[in-house]
Amino acid sequence: MTASIRALLGATALCAAGLPAAAETTLTIATVNNGDMIRMQGLAADFTAKHPDIKLDWVTLEENVLRQRVTQDIATKGGQFDVMTIGTYEVPIWARQDWLEPLTGLSDDYDAGDILPAIAGGLSIDGTLYAAPFYGESSMVMYRKDLMEAAGMQMPEAPTWDDIAKAAEAMTDKDAEIYGICLRGKAGWGENMAFLTAAANSFGARWFDMDWKPQFDGEAWKTTLTTYLDLMNNYGPPGASSNGFNENLALFQSGKCGMWIDATVAASFVTNPNDSTVADKVGFALAPDAGLGKRGNWLWAWTLGIPAGTDAPEEAKTFIEWATSKAYLELVAEKEGWANVPPGTRTSLYENQAYLEAAPFAEMTLKSMEAADPTNPAVDPVPYTGVQFVAIPEFQGIGTAVGQQFSAALAGQVTAEQALANAQALTEREMKRGGYIK
Amino acid sequence: MARAVKTQRKALNTAIAWGVGLLIFFPILWTILTSFKTEAEAIADPPVWFNFSWTLENYFTVQERSNYFRHFWNSVVISVGSTLIGLIIAVPAAWAMAFVPGKRTKDVLMWMLSTKMLPPVGVLVPLYLIFRDLGLLDTRIGLVFVLTMINLPIIIWMLYTYFREIPSEILEAARMDGAGLREEVLHVLMPMAVPGMASTVLLNIILAWNEAFWTLNLTAAKAAPLTAFIASYSSPEGLFYAKLSAASTMAIAPILIMGWFSQKQLVRGLTFGAVK
Repeated sequence: MTASIRALLGATALCAAGLPAAAETTLTIATVNNGDMIRMQGLAADFTAKHPDIKLDWVTLEENVLRQRVTQDIATKGGQFDVMTIGTYEVPIWARQDWLEPLTGLSDDYDAGDILPAIAGGLSIDGTLYAAPFYGESSMVMYRKDLMEAAGMQMPEAPTWDDIAKAAEAMTDKDAEIYGICLRGKAGWGENMAFLTAAANSFGARWFDMDWKPQFDGEAWKTTLTTYLDLMNNYGPPGASSNGFNENLALFQSGKCGMWIDATVAASFVTNPNDSTVADKVGFALAPDAGLGKRGNWLWAWTLGIPAGTDAPEEAKTFIEWATSKAYLELVAEKEGWANVPPGTRTSLYENQAYLEAAPFAEMTLKSMEAADPTNPAVDPVPYTGVQFVAIPEFQGIGTAVGQQFSAALAGQVTAEQALANAQALTEREMKRGGYIK
Repeated sequence: MARAVKTQRKALNTAIAWGVGLLIFFPILWTILTSFKTEAEAIADPPVWFNFSWTLENYFTVQERSNYFRHFWNSVVISVGSTLIGLIIAVPAAWAMAFVPGKRTKDVLMWMLSTKMLPPVGVLVPLYLIFRDLGLLDTRIGLVFVLTMINLPIIIWMLYTYFREIPSEILEAARMDGAGLREEVLHVLMPMAVPGMASTVLLNIILAWNEAFWTLNLTAAKAAPLTAFIASYSSPEGLFYAKLSAASTMAIAPILIMGWFSQKQLVRGLTFGAVK
């Protein structure tokens, strides 16, 4: 037997030995580090038990790092991931670029019609779903019931900005380090601009008119920014221009905020007695409005999508069906209780009495989510989708640059007028560069 | 009298040195302390120093959630591998520049150093595409290659500086005794440059161990080192500082222990030739 025949036989034997291993598919899943996603990793044994031919590899990253990593990978067709955790900002942009596999052919058991309409609308192009929501959130007012009571006030379920200002004034006691209101001040399109864009909607402001002309020179944006600055300068905590979600969460949990308007997901943190000193004193209300028909709350969902070009689209879809199904919600409830179920994705969850009893903030979360309309976010018509963002690729850069101007105004480095003028100029410049306007 | 002043000055210098040392070490100490707290204690205001309920829960949670040893092993392979390959390239290069300098040696050295001034993000996309086409994404060999290239200028510069301190007459004497180039470098030059080489190796292992930009951008699940392990515990929505601190402590512990035991060599190597 010649050496070459021996080598050929050896190679054939090796291939045969490798066959069972080759039948196993490994899915690499990129995800963010938050409680719900980590819980999913912990429960993934349920999926692998049902699908022993699919192995799961997790890549967990901080939100901003993850966004950069998956964008880079999908834009260069790197093929590093089979399932990506992406937000409602990315889905419409990536779907239009044909970067995502459409989620068609989902099973009847999956019941795609049960997904909350506001969320499904933001994840679909021409009625086709491009990512499945894992959990959704809006924003709402979280306030200290004891401080309101001490001030002889009552928070309406649907307050106006005037109600918020009055409550903030009444609850502020700077000598006792209690600040009437805590809001995001840290610059970034997903930081202060998430809050301010949503708030601007309620004041009748919008990022662009129907011809993509920036609108920061309008009266509505001036009202938005001055209201925000007045609230924060008079009743906010010191150094607020560097406060994001976590900083405000720490302040609220330690009893230093009278009110906090932020993501509905915070409700489970501030009512958790293990972490919060005010767990039993927290009330909830809808985000405020100015009587113009829009509330200042946002809409966001972390979703699971399949990058186009993955080697295992069917297996990836199988996984996504499992992770975003009703059965998964029941699995979480069974293992960790209804209060820990990922919220904000399915209508049926908010009809489930066990969930409504376990999560006192559930009803307000649903009302907040229903109050947001990503396809029609502002009082006046707009050419974009997204409540607290504008779903165009340029928005990350523009949003952060504008956020820096508004954060500088909060820090007292520029006036509100200067910040708005700078925001108008830089947005116009970038939109011209992007070819939206001449 | 003069002796008393000298003693006082020495005590003052010692106190200042301790103060500066503690100041530098404080963030690490705080991270280690936080890793033993509950999440509520981790964000307590005013901060809790030592009077808290010490717990190992964060370490158990981290170990349960992540495969620490896979990340650790990746870090070892990447940092040691890139340093050794760097050394193999750098020793002959530094020898040539130190003992047989050309007209443009200084310029070459400056050019090599200037590559460190390039913001890494500037070459991220081209490198990512090359790695994609060569199948090097999420591989340890790919990261070893990148980190070797990144740290090579530093290794060459350090070795060049150490080699310059060695009298060339010694090498000439070896050559006159019949030593070839290989013997000259391996048996004469390198034994004399051991402190410098040791510090170069240690410093480069530390640099490669801590490198976060490339290790985060070019890896996914298989080759991710401890930098990616730490990054997986950072969260802008949720206060998980105690768990993040536990993950950070686990990631820095090996390099901290290595640095502690080799501090004499590190200091000796870093000050080698600094004082004549």
